[in-house]
Amino acid sequence: MSIFSDVPQAPPVAVFKLTADFREDSHPQKVNLGVGAYRTDDSQPWVLPVVKKVERLIVEDDSLNHEYLPILGLPEFRSASSKVALGDDSPAIKENRVGGVQALGGTGALRIGAEFLRRWYNGTNNTATPVYVSAPTWENHNAVFADAGFKDIRPYHYWDAAKRGLDLAGLLDDLEKAPEHSIFVLHACAHNPTGTDPTQEEWKKIAEIMKRRKLFVFFDSAYQGFASGSLEKDAWAIRFFVSEGFELFVAQSFSKNFGLYNERVGNLTVVAQDNENLTRILSQMEKIVRTTWSNPPSQGARIVSKTLNCPELFAEWYVPNGHMPLTSADIIAECLTDYFHFHMNVQNSVFGEKYCSCCRIYLSFISLSPPLCRKGNVKTMADRVLLMRDQLKSKLQALGTPGTWDHITQQIGMFSFTGLNPKQVEYMIKEKHVYLMASGRINMCGLTTKNIDYVAQSIHEAVTKVQ
Amino acid sequence: MYSFFSFKHSHPHHYSPALFLYSSWWGGVQMGPPDPILGVTEAFKRDTNPKKMNLGVGAYRDDQGKPFVLSCVRKAEALIAAKQLDKEYLPIGGLGEFTKACAQLALGADNEVLKSGRSITVQTISGTGSLRIGANFLSRFHGGPRDVYLPKPSWGNHTPIFRDAGMQLKAYRYYDPSTCGFDFKGALDDISKIPEQSVILLHACAHNPTGVDPKPEQWKEIADLVKKRNLLVFFDMAYQGFASGDIDRDAWSVRYFIEQGHNIVLSQSFAKNMGLYGERVGGFTVVCNDADEAKRVESQLKILIRPIYSNPPMNGARIATTILNTPDLRSLWLEEVHGMANRIIKMREQLVAGLKKEGSTHNWQHVIDQIGMFCFTGLKPEQVERLTKEFSVYMTKDGRISMAGVSSGNVGYLAHGIHAVTK
Repeated sequence: MSIFSDVPQAPPVAVFKLTADFREDSHPQKVNLGVGAYRTDDSQPWVLPVVKKVERLIVEDDSLNHEYLPILGLPEFRSASSKVALGDDSPAIKENRVGGVQALGGTGALRIGAEFLRRWYNGTNNTATPVYVSAPTWENHNAVFADAGFKDIRPYHYWDAAKRGLDLAGLLDDLEKAPEHSIFVLHACAHNPTGTDPTQEEWKKIAEIMKRRKLFVFFDSAYQGFASGSLEKDAWAIRFFVSEGFELFVAQSFSKNFGLYNERVGNLTVVAQDNENLTRILSQMEKIVRTTWSNPPSQGARIVSKTLNCPELFAEWYVPNGHMPLTSADIIAECLTDYFHFHMNVQNSVFGEKYCSCCRIYLSFISLSPPLCRKGNVKTMADRVLLMRDQLKSKLQALGTPGTWDHITQQIGMFSFTGLNPKQVEYMIKEKHVYLMASGRINMCGLTTKNIDYVAQSIHEAVTKVQ
Repeated sequence: MYSFFSFKHSHPHHYSPALFLYSSWWGGVQMGPPDPILGVTEAFKRDTNPKKMNLGVGAYRDDQGKPFVLSCVRKAEALIAAKQLDKEYLPIGGLGEFTKACAQLALGADNEVLKSGRSITVQTISGTGSLRIGANFLSRFHGGPRDVYLPKPSWGNHTPIFRDAGMQLKAYRYYDPSTCGFDFKGALDDISKIPEQSVILLHACAHNPTGVDPKPEQWKEIADLVKKRNLLVFFDMAYQGFASGDIDRDAWSVRYFIEQGHNIVLSQSFAKNMGLYGERVGGFTVVCNDADEAKRVESQLKILIRPIYSNPPMNGARIATTILNTPDLRSLWLEEVHGMANRIIKMREQLVAGLKKEGSTHNWQHVIDQIGMFCFTGLKPEQVERLTKEFSVYMTKDGRISMAGVSSGNVGYLAHGIHAVTK
């Protein structure tokens, strides 16, 4: 009799099951709008050019070895990551009260943070502290906190299905009613799965209540830069809360904004009141890391660290304010590299100048044709998503699909909560071979100029035929 | 009543915005104790003695005292770079080619268990990650007692790993300080008293920290007794190939137990035998009754893994797979692993020879009999302290030295120091 004879079969993780089903489907027009990874307009995964470059540098560097990293991770990676989240001129960093724990992706950062909170927050080993996650939220949030030992995980109002937007009143009410010291998991930007973020004014209201009611702020930041194309804009909420004096955690992921999904690169940024507290916190984080994975993997952290810490490489990854216009000399010098973005939507603006509506810049200062402009790898991804949002909305409106579709361009990031109900989703999958989550969530990256007409048509049919 | 916040805006440098919190959330957080092994390295770094030796942490060093990147690893990396692969998420259970090769390495490619599909192997974050997943799995699904029996002594991190997973720790006798060898009688005696269905952890080879391994005949008796007691066997194999230089010989105990009908669980690490320390490459295997049970166990392992780190890192697993599955890289690897093990064995011999030369009258045979990276010298804490203070030789208080830190250039100095504190 086996000791494991009573082990039940666990259900598959939904999002991976969706991709598995998609793979088995032989329909020629099938589209995968499920799992959250970036795809090019040819539906291919995209290894960032700057990542390829840095990987080459690493392989060719004979002075590098495969020795253990310190328990908390690569120091240059940790500090650079926290800087990305909090800003180069962050007063908290200057005051030496910010630390980082390199972790395995955003998931790893969340888990280490959760394990720490269960042991040391609101007393010691207080498993009863309520943990609030948004309704809906990334499906793994629940399990991360539950497996860390928390017994009371509750939803807070977030998505208003009727108006297809943020249920601010419900959210604020939950904040007011939550027991003091409750932990709240907030999505820093590009809320997963709804794509709906609070406005700056709404964040201010949230912060006011959280401060007054002594609620703990745990940011999940998986899309910084990827959402709007601006690191600063996507980190506004985090930086605002820090400026308001909160001690908080930020679970950062570099899976999406560096395209380093399988290298598991993340960082738990800890903002404490002062350096003394920070030191004790990090010493306890070490103990937790030691019994979980001992020390983190080096490859991904090296890639991110090299890129963030070298101005030239950083500029290939990210250019503040969107673009660096190229002079003709630049263009000639770089014509053999693959950093160019060929503008897909060059139009004549009302002023008669050439305007690229995906980059949203005027091209008057570039005299050569075709018009060329360098933008960071991050913006390349963000802009393609924005373009798809634009086009999907336009096409649905053109088809006269019932309902309003403004939410598609108002929402931000990789995902959109379409508003399709489970029956309509089933129709999309079974009849149209367009795969999306039962919640109606689609990954905008799955859309391309080649399949967007088919998808729009499919949505139109689902909405008109299925109630 | 003035608002704190308006004051903050007008005088940003005079007020710390953090002051609104009268006390930090973290006032009650105690300072964690320094890691005993890493603490040794810290102290070593601060020492200015040119003759200093770091015999603390267990990472292999070449005869120049430098970290060693295996040639087969460099070659594998070049092959991988040329393929221009994408960076898409691995499955939760890891790279399929890796887990297959990993299981074959441990069990032998033609093991009946693999042929019947009645085992499951998942990719883990090196040995630590594997032990943790295993501990979590047992904690959630093992119907027997919550006690895990460790050999006395064992790797320091075993205890907190199992404890954090919700298990309790007990011990069975293992190391005999009077012989610096295996306390076979004591081990059998203790094991015979372990309550049925408890978990017993065994080091497959190159026991850490003592370097003391049972002989094959002793393993056979242990296997027999463990079966009589109906215990669940958890093998920790972190040094396959690294101990004797022969991967099959080092995995003998694991394969024997399986042959004898034990459905074991097994943790593997590629940190040492492939020098892939920082890449975090490991595997966790559960041997089940049949393929259906293996599928169910696999599904539950995924449920455990997902809320820790979602899916494992690619780089190291790709390297290991390329080495294991490319014939000339595999041969090169076996050569290099043999080379590392041989260097260690040579250092053991040279240390004993050096001690004899110094005029030591103690019996140092155990230094040669012990196997793997570590050596339990038998030095007492006061002697260790003297060795550190007077000779700048850094090691852990239990008298454990990492042989990897010994080279032909410093083995004489070490012999001199050890003799000085033990004569």
